[in-house]
Amino acid sequence: MPVESLASPDQPGAAPRVALFATCLVDAMRPTVGFAAAKLLEDAGCTVHVPPQTCCGQPAFNNGDRQTSRDLALQMIAAFEPYDYVVVPSGSCGGMISKHYPELFAGDPNLAGRAERLAAKTFELVSFLTDVLGVTSVSATFEGRVTYHDSCSGLRELGIQSQPRKLLASVQGLSLVEMKDNDVCCGFGGTFAVKYGEISDKIVSEKAVNAQASEAGTLLAGDLGCLMNMAGKLSRKGSAMDVRHVAEVLAGMTATPPIGKVTPDAAAKETTPRGTTP
Amino acid sequence: MSAQSTAHSFKANATGAMADAQLTGNLKAVRQNFIDKRAKAASELPEFEALRENAKEIKNHTLAHLDLYLEKYEAKVTASGGYVHFAADAEEARQITLDICRKVGAKTVTKGKSMITEEVGLNAFLEANGVTPVETDLGEYIIQLRGEAPSHIIAPAVHLNKEQIESDFRRVHTHLDANRDLTEKTSLLTEARAVLREKFLVADVGITGANFLIAETGTSIIVTNEGNGDLTQVLPKVHVVMASIEKMVPTLEDVSQILRLLARSATGQEMSVYTTLSTGPRRKGAFSSEVDAGSREENATKKEARAQARGDVDGPEEYHVIILDNGRSAMLGGEFQDMLRCIRCAACMNHCPVYHQIGGHAYGWIYPGPMGSVLTPSLIGVDEAGHLPNASTFCGRCESVCPMKIPLPKMMRHWREREFERNLNPAIARYGLGLWAFFARRPKLYALSTRIAMKAMRLLGRGKGRFTWLLGASAWTKYRDFAVPEGETFQAKWKRERGVK
Repeated sequence: MPVESLASPDQPGAAPRVALFATCLVDAMRPTVGFAAAKLLEDAGCTVHVPPQTCCGQPAFNNGDRQTSRDLALQMIAAFEPYDYVVVPSGSCGGMISKHYPELFAGDPNLAGRAERLAAKTFELVSFLTDVLGVTSVSATFEGRVTYHDSCSGLRELGIQSQPRKLLASVQGLSLVEMKDNDVCCGFGGTFAVKYGEISDKIVSEKAVNAQASEAGTLLAGDLGCLMNMAGKLSRKGSAMDVRHVAEVLAGMTATPPIGKVTPDAAAKETTPRGTTP
Repeated sequence: MSAQSTAHSFKANATGAMADAQLTGNLKAVRQNFIDKRAKAASELPEFEALRENAKEIKNHTLAHLDLYLEKYEAKVTASGGYVHFAADAEEARQITLDICRKVGAKTVTKGKSMITEEVGLNAFLEANGVTPVETDLGEYIIQLRGEAPSHIIAPAVHLNKEQIESDFRRVHTHLDANRDLTEKTSLLTEARAVLREKFLVADVGITGANFLIAETGTSIIVTNEGNGDLTQVLPKVHVVMASIEKMVPTLEDVSQILRLLARSATGQEMSVYTTLSTGPRRKGAFSSEVDAGSREENATKKEARAQARGDVDGPEEYHVIILDNGRSAMLGGEFQDMLRCIRCAACMNHCPVYHQIGGHAYGWIYPGPMGSVLTPSLIGVDEAGHLPNASTFCGRCESVCPMKIPLPKMMRHWREREFERNLNPAIARYGLGLWAFFARRPKLYALSTRIAMKAMRLLGRGKGRFTWLLGASAWTKYRDFAVPEGETFQAKWKRERGVK
């Protein structure tokens, strides 16, 4: 990887100081993704910081609540602007900060500059590794066939398509098989999934069919919202397919059971009554 | 009053559509017929992206000076012997059309495919006033026989299969042999063509829409594949063009750039089969219509002079253009102005995962899919059409294929903002969002409460990876399982393992 890319823009020679925005979904539901992101960043020579964080404001923004979006954006800006980079293991939250924050504060003489500066140094995780840090391979092993779903915001707002495939190709034992319509929406759409559940269901059902038809054992993507939607549908259909965030595989952190699943050990341990030793 | 809307019952419309197996089967044609062809056509034209940028600038410029171009266009049409009528709303547009028909004692009018005449509800109005409209575009003809509205802006009958069409033809074309074979698509086409040929010949007035109006020359353009539009506008004594104000383009050069995008984005053709330019009525000759053969060597100027002296050999005696506003001028200068760049190619709906599931009728008014979800609230009000801009996953595929680079998701979001400001969205959504925002604005309280909540959810789901039902999340779990969280939040675990960095 290029040496100069490792330097912090503020202090030449020092490791870049990366603020990890885990996203509210990863924070609450699946911390493994956050740790996988941190490992990938540290392996690439960054120091990783986790400032206090809640949500980027996307749910409010997409539901027309501009005031709450601005409040949450300001909170993000204040907490994350001291760092060299902001890295997000999600294309839609990354896109919210890098594409939509400047829109939210456009024309505001006090805040437009701050929003634009944060936007300029905010990146989705995988594209940050490849496009900014110049990472071309990872040292991970994953035995099996996987298929990759291109989440919409990452694909169309941020141009993320080749980057995850390039890194996945370097994972020992992994083979990538493309499914039909891998670039078509999974039907999640944030609150769309509950506001128009019936339509969302039809869309994700088709996604599940395409994923299963690929005969991959594991379905990967870069956005936890899409992943929870697809995993939820696959498991409702009784499919055995595993679903994981792409960062878990790239970081070799697949000891955590796939989304919506338990390992037999963990199940046994958790269901053991308190006070008894297994 | 424009055409009737059922956009307010979008959810019920969509439920009905998705329960109709025949419809959902037929709708697969949208994905099969348009997506790959558009992609191929776009990829084969190296300057496609540059053309999109130019086309956007051409339309932005036109919209910024629309008043001037409309005036220039009107002057050019008048100079070429035609008439321009400005209609503020649907009612005026219908009345002007009827007056033209009555003046010439019209009994039958043929119609080329036109979304604007659908918007103003022209057919029902003409019929109620003793004038019979006959749709001559095959798709429009089929849905007219069925008393339906178009379900797609360039393929109005895309929701039907050929067996349904066969049964409609047998029901209506009772003068034909009952034992005829109509199993092939071509036999259906041949039959429609024969029936329509008679209509073309007896029509008193021909009504078309316009894909573009050119200010420089006072020309209207229609872009078609069947040739029916040409027969509609050339054979009757009177040609009426109905078009909305945003069809304006300054020059022939401008329109030739946009035309290179239109068919490629719509059907994946390089050009549609017919691109027809109409400028004024048939020109009368200064002399008798005797044709002198002329010599092979005569130059172009002389040839033109001779043509002027002789006059046109065909074309309508009267040429009228009705320019409709119907709410569009209110979009100028506002956050929905970009929507007026739309050239009605339908690429947005062809690529829309929601449209693919529910089809066009569920949207409840004339314009379906993403372009309709922005335009419909502008034209009939967000109170009536509030569902449409919400029924999108914001996947952005529409914007990525729009030849005019219209930021469709962004404008749907603007509608959601208007609804939020006016408290039009459901109370439960507002309270849910408000409660979430209360915590999200307070990072310490948020961290504490998510820590407790995730631990509780983990306990509740212990030993299982997923919930098949979850209190407060039934809208999710009705269709899919909800993953049990890992139990500890990322921030808490990070703090515990790494300390505060």
